[in-house]
Amino acid sequence: MTDFAHTLNAWPAERIADGLAAARPADVEAALSAQERGPRELLALLSPAARAYLEPMAAEAQRLTRWHFGRTISLYAPLYISNLCAADCVYCGFAARSMNREKRVTLNPAQIEMECAALAAHGFESVLLLTGEAPKTVTVGYIAQAVSLARRHFASVSAEIYAIDEAEYRQLVAEGLEGVTLYMETYHRPTYAEVHLLGGKADYDYRLGAMERAGAAGARKLNIGALLGLFEPRADAFWTALHGRHLQRVCWRSALGISFPRLLHTPERFDVRYKVTDADLVQIMLAMRLFLPESGFNLSTREAPALRDRLIPLGVTHMSAGSSTQPGGYATYRRGEADERTNFREVLEQFAIDDQRPVNEVVAAIRRAGYDPVWKDYDHAFDRA
Amino acid sequence: MEDPAPYIIDPLVIAGRSFASRLMIGTGKFPSAAALRQCIDASGAEIITVALRRVDLNNPDEQGILSAIDPDRKLILPNTSGARTADEAVRLAKLARAAGLPPWVKLELTPEPRHLLPDPIETLRAAEMLVKEGFVVLPYIQADPILAKRLEEAGTATVMPLGAPIGSNRGLKTRDLVRIIIEQATVPVVVDAGLGAPSHAAEAMELGADAVLVNTALADATDHAEMGRAFALATEAGRRAYRAGLGPQRYSAEASSPLTGFLGA
Repeated sequence: MTDFAHTLNAWPAERIADGLAAARPADVEAALSAQERGPRELLALLSPAARAYLEPMAAEAQRLTRWHFGRTISLYAPLYISNLCAADCVYCGFAARSMNREKRVTLNPAQIEMECAALAAHGFESVLLLTGEAPKTVTVGYIAQAVSLARRHFASVSAEIYAIDEAEYRQLVAEGLEGVTLYMETYHRPTYAEVHLLGGKADYDYRLGAMERAGAAGARKLNIGALLGLFEPRADAFWTALHGRHLQRVCWRSALGISFPRLLHTPERFDVRYKVTDADLVQIMLAMRLFLPESGFNLSTREAPALRDRLIPLGVTHMSAGSSTQPGGYATYRRGEADERTNFREVLEQFAIDDQRPVNEVVAAIRRAGYDPVWKDYDHAFDRA
Repeated sequence: MEDPAPYIIDPLVIAGRSFASRLMIGTGKFPSAAALRQCIDASGAEIITVALRRVDLNNPDEQGILSAIDPDRKLILPNTSGARTADEAVRLAKLARAAGLPPWVKLELTPEPRHLLPDPIETLRAAEMLVKEGFVVLPYIQADPILAKRLEEAGTATVMPLGAPIGSNRGLKTRDLVRIIIEQATVPVVVDAGLGAPSHAAEAMELGADAVLVNTALADATDHAEMGRAFALATEAGRRAYRAGLGPQRYSAEASSPLTGFLGA
């Protein structure tokens, strides 16, 4: 068991639920004015009692974020290179049991090049490569090759792939990988077992330890998150924050990033049990910013334009734009006026996105909010390659 | 760029080059290139530091940081922020020089991304390598007087001790150690990081610092030009006070009649 698993054991769901219910306005006020915030303060800020304090929490979140990041938003784009998946996660569009064999693809090197070139043409300097979990066909060697290809087009390459061993992460870092993104989805063990039915992903402990392995392998950015809606979101936010603080201590050379993926569109077989409202999402982001002042906060195109624009000054530091959640979505299998030329075919997407604005409109929205869009924030001089 | 004015009264001289302004500006965190340009222009700052990881020197962004700086009037001081080892910093500095920037480098070696505190061991290693390569090296360091001397011996052009962690706006928390560094230094001492208000900059200059470097406090201002002016004035005020012979601070009242008057003249 990892050290962090012991920390989690000390905070079972019942203890968190009791703490959230017990929090009073005075506890929220104390947490707001505290110099250093620990688990007790975090619980107060996540509690129902804190719902009346969103405005002062937002002001503090904004102040802390500007301290550390200034008025800037870094831009990145996701690039799905495969949608093959042997795991069966009931909430996911790629799940093995959803079949759709004819819509499954793994991009070849030439196609990866095309996708990279299309994204780079928009100005992106930071890309996140994504796969499902099909380690026998979408091997670490294949992913390493994709990193190496992408590195020629972008200053920074990160990967959101299945959990792997430290030596395998090291192999990717050697090709120039800067960051690793891996969501625990839910830290609640019983719920985790209920929604992850097949494949390596069903191994909770192996996934829980993945980010420490990535950090030990030299990944400079570690992005974590919980898929909000699988379990009580305040509890998963609490555990995510503790995980983040643990990683900051253990992987002290790596920058921590947090994502807030909210389950909005799910396959028919899965109903979201814990609905997360906009206000819930905002409270979670603010509470976590107050607990983790120096961590990057990522906001994807899962969320709608109006909400995304309003979240910019509340602690967000990284945004994706113009995203496609299917392999080949930028060039290879893009729906276009001349479908035969663009090789169009139906390809499975992971989830539907709500912000479908083109990149330049998102950039304009960032500027309107008084923030400077940052494209490049890494240099190949830092690569080990 | 030529030496702008050989007859500046009380110039700041770094590696044989004179500057009229003792305020240096960092360029991160500004809401736009326009805001940065206004701040630089209003402040009169002549040394502007730019994070190499943020810019593509071979393909500059039209609305990016470099668009805000006139290289004929200002010294662009490339910095290695984001580097975590000496080797990374050295590679970055060489790339900047190869891309046509002057061979000056502000060494920032911050392996821990939370507080961005400098790594003294890697900084000294990188400084030794870069000096050998002919760079003018300005290292960002902890307020550590021994490290400052070691860097000086390695041939750095300045030392740049921090006042407080980057971005913290806390002021000169390292005052006592910076004072020792200044007393012992044979190269200019630039207080870098943590200066959150013009009064902090004045305090560092009154203490005898040769210059200050400010970023967050400028970038976070509502009126970037006005804050640039305010820091410039405070920096100059502090410098003038230092040159005028600022008396030591006294925390208790002076006895009105001399305690040793009975000894006679």
